[in-house]
Amino acid sequence: MSQTATMSGTPAAVPVDTAGPRGPKPKPFFTPKKIIIYTTLVFFSLYFLFPLYVMIVTSMKTMPEIRFGNIFSLPSAFNFDAWGRAWTSACTGLTCNGLSPGFWNSVKITIPSTIVSIFIAAVNGYALVNWRFKGSEIFFAILIFGSFIPYQVMLYPLVMITRELGIFGTLPAVILIHTIFGMPILTLLFRNYFASLPQELFKAARVDGAGFWRIFFEIMLPMSLPIFVVALILQVTGIWNDFLFGVVFAGTQNLPMTVQLNNIVNSAQGTPEYNVNMAATVLTGLVPLIIYFVSGKLFVRGVAAGAVKG
Amino acid sequence: MADTAVQLEQGAGKSSRPNLLNRIFLHNLPAKIAATPMVATVLIVFIGCTIWTIYYSFTNSRLLPTGQFVGFAQYERLFSNNRWNISVTNLISYGVMSLFLTLGLGFLLAVLMDQKIRFESAFRTIMLYPFALSFIVTGLVWQWIMNPTLGLQGTMRNLGWENFTFDWISNPRMVLFALLIAGLWQGVGFCMILMLAGLRGVDEEIWKASRVDGIPTWRTYVSIVLPMMRGVLVTAVVLIGSGIVRLYDLVVALTNGGPGISSEVPAKYVYNYMFGGGNIGQGLAAATMMLLTVLIIMVPWAYLEFGGKGRR
Repeated sequence: MSQTATMSGTPAAVPVDTAGPRGPKPKPFFTPKKIIIYTTLVFFSLYFLFPLYVMIVTSMKTMPEIRFGNIFSLPSAFNFDAWGRAWTSACTGLTCNGLSPGFWNSVKITIPSTIVSIFIAAVNGYALVNWRFKGSEIFFAILIFGSFIPYQVMLYPLVMITRELGIFGTLPAVILIHTIFGMPILTLLFRNYFASLPQELFKAARVDGAGFWRIFFEIMLPMSLPIFVVALILQVTGIWNDFLFGVVFAGTQNLPMTVQLNNIVNSAQGTPEYNVNMAATVLTGLVPLIIYFVSGKLFVRGVAAGAVKG
Repeated sequence: MADTAVQLEQGAGKSSRPNLLNRIFLHNLPAKIAATPMVATVLIVFIGCTIWTIYYSFTNSRLLPTGQFVGFAQYERLFSNNRWNISVTNLISYGVMSLFLTLGLGFLLAVLMDQKIRFESAFRTIMLYPFALSFIVTGLVWQWIMNPTLGLQGTMRNLGWENFTFDWISNPRMVLFALLIAGLWQGVGFCMILMLAGLRGVDEEIWKASRVDGIPTWRTYVSIVLPMMRGVLVTAVVLIGSGIVRLYDLVVALTNGGPGISSEVPAKYVYNYMFGGGNIGQGLAAATMMLLTVLIIMVPWAYLEFGGKGRR
């Protein structure tokens, strides 16, 4: 192996000596400036990667291995026992059914919340751009400012409202809350996107007699797939990662995965099983991580959307 | 004014009432239906619920919000409560450190990323992935790393550094730095992305001009590029700042306020009094103080951002 490496290295070095001065002077790779830049970046990368490494490695160790006390060491074998127990039998204070109920609760919360919040925000953004009415801009401005109000300020009245509606402690309540608090950022996202589309299309459709909904479904929707994907990424990760709304509004039967994870790790009795804890943590982080690594640039776009001014 | 003219005109002929009704409700009806959720959210949640909270923070509500008006009594109790005062001090210390370090490190990393380096997208992926994870996951991983016996400290001691100390999570004087390490881990990548977008938005001509004038690179960054990025900086400050005021999940997962009450924060205080302590009035007063804090951050920003646009 090392032989091939040196052999492939040598011929690459030879032309540099013999080629003579042709083209622009090649910059040496190892300038002091470059060394400083790469060293700093690698140092920070280690800081960012270390917890992921520790999380995965610990989840595959056995408890005796962990008690040996080396957080860096690799597990002696690829051992997914802890993952199995985290999924099916880890105790959350009261019950010992593992994380799987939390996972399915999170799925039940995330899917409808994402669909409802995105649909409402998309229609709203479209109305704000193409069908302005008196006061629409004022309401939008308050909506954006409202997104900075701490949730704790509106939490108790919302508990009372959902109680009045008879949905407190059920899935519809969480879905409603996610739709409300997702609205500012999503509306901003869609409004900016629809405003960037050529207005001639809208006008032509108007002249041809198409109405509000027809233009939305037949012209705007087919053109706005990318922004829907961005909104989808934003909402799925945001709702999946939510803790506060789940713990307040979902009710004990529907606690999302983040809440159950916290219960498993922080309120479990007896000797802590760090491998099970870390396996549960990896499992909870897996959904947003997969979305992040698959979506790449679109995630960055969704994240930066918060910074785009309206 | 134009409206009055229209009304007068119409009033001369037929009754103006149906037209007025028509203008408010029926004209552009589908758009108004589509915007109903937004209007309801703004009126009921953002305005209504906020006013409700402020109003009832002046009552002595305990288990139910039916109490009588007691003036500033809840606020007096709030600021004579040791736990609240610790929460506020913690939030200020954590907030100042977190804001400056997030901005500083975010800018530093963005500058390094902007030097036409190799593997840029790999570095970006590595720096931003923690932002995709929840605060609960972040808190629990760092809790494990900072475990005094089996985490980083224990490992280093087993490896031979007998005096290696990293017990911040169980040390009341250092626990805020433990929160800071986890918070920075989660948020610096996001700040870096914002800053990088700002740096890329600076005109290439600026760089050429400063190179012709022989200005050192660091000087160009500090004196020319940073001031030009004002918009991005202000946005970053507002986003990071409002995130800091909301700080809750991370504390619950990493320390749960401990050791003792040394890492309590206001958002946790509000939650505990509203849903755990059966003292709603107290929780609402604390929530109102959180709102006030955000307003102190927001109003100057709103003035800077939108104050000049009033002429439009």
